[in-house]
Amino acid sequence: MTDPAYLRPRELDEALAARAAHPDWMVLAGGTDLMVNANHRAAPAGILDLWRLPATCFVRVADDAIAIGAGTTWHDVLRHPAIRERLAPLAAAAREIGALQIQARATLGGNVATSSPVGDSLPVLLALDAELEVASVRGHRRVPYHAWCTGYRTTQLAADELIVCAHVPVPGPTTRTAWRKVGTRRAQSISKVMAAAAITLDGDTVVSARVALGAVADRPIRASAVEAAVRGQRLGVAAEAARAAVRAAIQPIDDVRSTARYRRDVAENLVARFFSVS
Amino acid sequence: MRLVVEVNGAPRTVECSPWKRLLDVLRDELRLTGTKEGCGEGECGACTVLLDGEAVNSCLVAIGQCDGRGVVTVEGLARGELHAVQRALVACGGAQCGICTPGIAVCAAHIVDSGLVDAADGGRSARDRVRELLAGNICRCTGYQLIVDAVIEAAREVLAR
Amino acid sequence: MERPGSLVGTSVPRVDGVAKVTGRALYLDDLDAPGAWFGQTVRSQVCHGVLEAVELDPAFDWSQVVVVTSADIWGKNLIALIEDDQPALAPIGGRVMHRDEAVALVAAPTRALAFAAARAVRPRIAERPAVLDVADALAVTQPLYGTTNVFKQLWIRKGHASDAELEAAFAGAAQVIEGCYSTSPQEQMYIEPQAMMAEWRDGRCHIVGSMQCPYYVHKAMKALLACEGDGVVIAQSVTGGGFGGKEEYPSMLAAHVALLAHKARRAVKIVYDRDEDIAATTKRHPCRTTHRLAVDARGELLAIDIDVVMDGGAYLTLSPVVLSRGVLHAAGPYRCPIVRVRGRVVATNYPPHGAFRGFGAPQTTFAYERQIQKLARLRGEDPLALRKRLALGVGDTTATGQRLDASVGSAEVLAAIEAVAGTPPVARGTSSRGAPVRRGRGVCFYFHGAGFTGSGEQRLAGRATVAAVDGRFEVRSSSSDMGQGSITIFTQLAAGALGVDPAHIVVVEPSTARVPDSGPTVASRTAMVVGGLVARAAAAVREQLEAWAAGHGLTGSLVELARAHAAVVRAELVETIGYEPPPGIEWDDATYTGSAYPVYGWGACLVDVEVDLDSYEVAITRCVQAIDVGKALNPVIVRGQIEGGTLQALGWAVLENVVYKDGKVWNASMTNCIVPTFADAPDLETILVEVPYPFGPSGAKGVGEIPMDGPAAAVANAVEDALGCAFDSLPISPEAIAAARGRWDPA
Repeated sequence: MTDPAYLRPRELDEALAARAAHPDWMVLAGGTDLMVNANHRAAPAGILDLWRLPATCFVRVADDAIAIGAGTTWHDVLRHPAIRERLAPLAAAAREIGALQIQARATLGGNVATSSPVGDSLPVLLALDAELEVASVRGHRRVPYHAWCTGYRTTQLAADELIVCAHVPVPGPTTRTAWRKVGTRRAQSISKVMAAAAITLDGDTVVSARVALGAVADRPIRASAVEAAVRGQRLGVAAEAARAAVRAAIQPIDDVRSTARYRRDVAENLVARFFSVS
Repeated sequence: MRLVVEVNGAPRTVECSPWKRLLDVLRDELRLTGTKEGCGEGECGACTVLLDGEAVNSCLVAIGQCDGRGVVTVEGLARGELHAVQRALVACGGAQCGICTPGIAVCAAHIVDSGLVDAADGGRSARDRVRELLAGNICRCTGYQLIVDAVIEAAREVLAR
Repeated sequence: MERPGSLVGTSVPRVDGVAKVTGRALYLDDLDAPGAWFGQTVRSQVCHGVLEAVELDPAFDWSQVVVVTSADIWGKNLIALIEDDQPALAPIGGRVMHRDEAVALVAAPTRALAFAAARAVRPRIAERPAVLDVADALAVTQPLYGTTNVFKQLWIRKGHASDAELEAAFAGAAQVIEGCYSTSPQEQMYIEPQAMMAEWRDGRCHIVGSMQCPYYVHKAMKALLACEGDGVVIAQSVTGGGFGGKEEYPSMLAAHVALLAHKARRAVKIVYDRDEDIAATTKRHPCRTTHRLAVDARGELLAIDIDVVMDGGAYLTLSPVVLSRGVLHAAGPYRCPIVRVRGRVVATNYPPHGAFRGFGAPQTTFAYERQIQKLARLRGEDPLALRKRLALGVGDTTATGQRLDASVGSAEVLAAIEAVAGTPPVARGTSSRGAPVRRGRGVCFYFHGAGFTGSGEQRLAGRATVAAVDGRFEVRSSSSDMGQGSITIFTQLAAGALGVDPAHIVVVEPSTARVPDSGPTVASRTAMVVGGLVARAAAAVREQLEAWAAGHGLTGSLVELARAHAAVVRAELVETIGYEPPPGIEWDDATYTGSAYPVYGWGACLVDVEVDLDSYEVAITRCVQAIDVGKALNPVIVRGQIEGGTLQALGWAVLENVVYKDGKVWNASMTNCIVPTFADAPDLETILVEVPYPFGPSGAKGVGEIPMDGPAAAVANAVEDALGCAFDSLPISPEAIAAARGRWDPA
């Protein structure tokens, strides 16, 4: 058995060419998912090492959106002043991904590509209505994150594509954001339930909301029934409407970590809390 | 694949599959057995090393990715004398069975040297910060209390210098 | 016994501390073993069945692989422990009794090849119905052990000659409280997985590895390998945690590497993967306790009636002893004239359960401290005041009729908690996350018998040796340091008795070739019993050296005299001391009456909790333990033991669980079988109380296990205080709290 090939591209074009030529190669950046129990897994045919590829490591701040490169680690995210100030839930999520050692390696691109039902940043990307930019030798395209997940750990990413960055709109001054992860313990934990929201208010009244839930389905979901139920409601009343809508909208499962009943109860609580009078 | 990794300040040449875990290269190839395997899945932190100055789980790093990069293991923390964190762990009783200790020493040394803990405080918020930063290192023996004491003490010492 | 300038009682830094912080301490997998092969275990995927054959995939290249099955065992296919029911490998043609039971072994030059080879071994097992429920076991739906499936049954009876008398006491009571309590299995989660290596050379089998009890392994190997005592040498390598999980299991692993090394004709080592370790090795016995207590109008206990049923898993292993300790602690540290305890440990088709710190006492302590809490609530009495009122003290008798005389720190630990308790947390509030919270406080009071039960220490007949060798002093005992600091404690005790600087003491590696059998490193006996032997042996060495010197007209420091002796006599000066029981330990194993333990440790715990009403998570915001340790031989080390055990108990209470699916551990990974992180632990407060034990070295008594026994009950009491309803099962998980919403006190 021969060792896998290994390539560390310096430019995006080089990476894309390799991706197109070798769709069976593992695209590896931080490795915090792909390297789990690596000593017991068959080596891939090749390794395309995108760790710190400059074309994917950036944070570009514009007035209305922040573009975050796919190779940006969660450590970079949670320390970036503009992200902390203007995309607070993303920084908050980053801080609760694993712990220090994981945050130093795990990347936004990795979280998005793996697309685990318990991916910690994914409900935030949904709630903030992010857009992904992906590239291949055929060119670049943009995919709204809400269309990205097509099934359990399945995404729109084509076999020859790489994720370049996420364009995350900055919520306006009348939009408040919220996020909470409930995991198995205080740190280094897998989510049992996650909720994220961007709520546009006129005074006390909900003009519109984007509400996303994680760990309650095979992918992160927008709770459109909740969003409809709270429109035009005042905070407080909206909380009760949201709670009822969440109950009807999700069918979480029992699994090794938790129960369907618990996930439903907590999802209701988290979402209702978002719409409470603070 | 032939690659060169700087380990504890010295260039080391390794010939092996790029898929081999950094942890295994350190322990098997380079016989630096201070770094330990506790879980193989990045949960326990016993395999913590510094890679290009960041504390990472070496069980989750493929050696190919380390070509041309720098690694510091527990064996490289002491330069002439023990690192402040190592001295404090001994003085405060922060090591019992010791299997988690190398990972904690590396991570805590990084935290202290990077100024990530405002030890001037020494009170609740500094202790909470230490707990958050070390949460990726599991210890089953100590209950963590004396380790937190040790890291605060080391941070104070480094701050004073 | 201590000489002037003794460092006993001071926080001398650990002897092995620098080695551990520099990564120089060598654990099994760190040892240089050039040419050693790697072993892997093939495990049953069936809970209960008959192993018909072990087949090998013909498509696999076996030329570089050695395979071992029960057919290769030339001695007895068993792991000798209490009984001989557990095989080293499931016998071909015989029964398989649990998922992940070892069926075959492979060894190969590389880990990868061994891993692949294990997957190419195909055991053929004819499945039988499995018993995965204690009720089914007791109903004997399948006979797993004898005709009753009961590994062991024990009774304690105090103050009544018949069951009718007991019932009369209940009938005449002012109040009766009855409850049913269940505790969960728990994984020890030592951070160093089980690891062992064997090599046959000079006609002997040399085994080294991570273990607590070299002589347990030695005894087991003599039977398996059909050899005499000098045919096998067992040595402990630096051990990365044990907590009981490396008390009996290492004998199994030693058997495996010994067999592989014999067939492969080279050294073979096995280091378990974490997932495998969690799935296949022993856990804390799950337990269900029914507890009835009766009080009179003044609130004095009239009678206690307890039924304890533990799940032992597929083989007997140490279950009778776990049951014994559980039963002996079940009535709690309270005065009560009439006590009946029935205990049973039962066979099922789960992987065998085994030793874990506390060893049955945490399970039954949970039950009695929940009951006492309910009594306090029913009577509207302050929980600490009630416990102080009912607590055993000097002159009182326990459930086995043991009259307590020395080293009874019950009042002291309760007073210590009372002194620091302060104002309880405000009952309602908001967390830093903006979620509403309810807060509560819980206390508990408990005890733990130090050392082996009854005449156990006499049967062990442990010995320790101190020898003057070329001007330094060697301590030779089979006690294993697994983190609890025995090397340092023995160094202090020996130095203190000799009157020398600790730098002159060497505690030798526990190898059966070099040290006497001091008994196992378990049961909170290492400092108290073996440490006592070490101190006496050291004192005897000093006496001998001084006598020799006087006879030769020599003066000087003891080290100088020792060097002189070595130069003149050219031989070691060796003193070995054997255990002698303190006076007054009378124990009747047949009736379970008398002095169950030579002495008890005493503990009181206070816990404050905050329950998040959005997530139902319990945060432990404060935890104080006051423990009577007799004498803190090294206060920092003792604190470390208490804090470590406390957090294991807090984890057991709210965070930890072992979950099974079809008889197999479902959460067999560190990701899903979680233990507390730094962020889950509160700042732990430890109050060391010292009520000296006259027969312990410098007054010390056992401390290793006691901190594990109480806190889970204190947590349950605190959560009840916060929410207004009872939580009588562990873990008190967020799921359990959410499901109990209908029983909470209304907002």
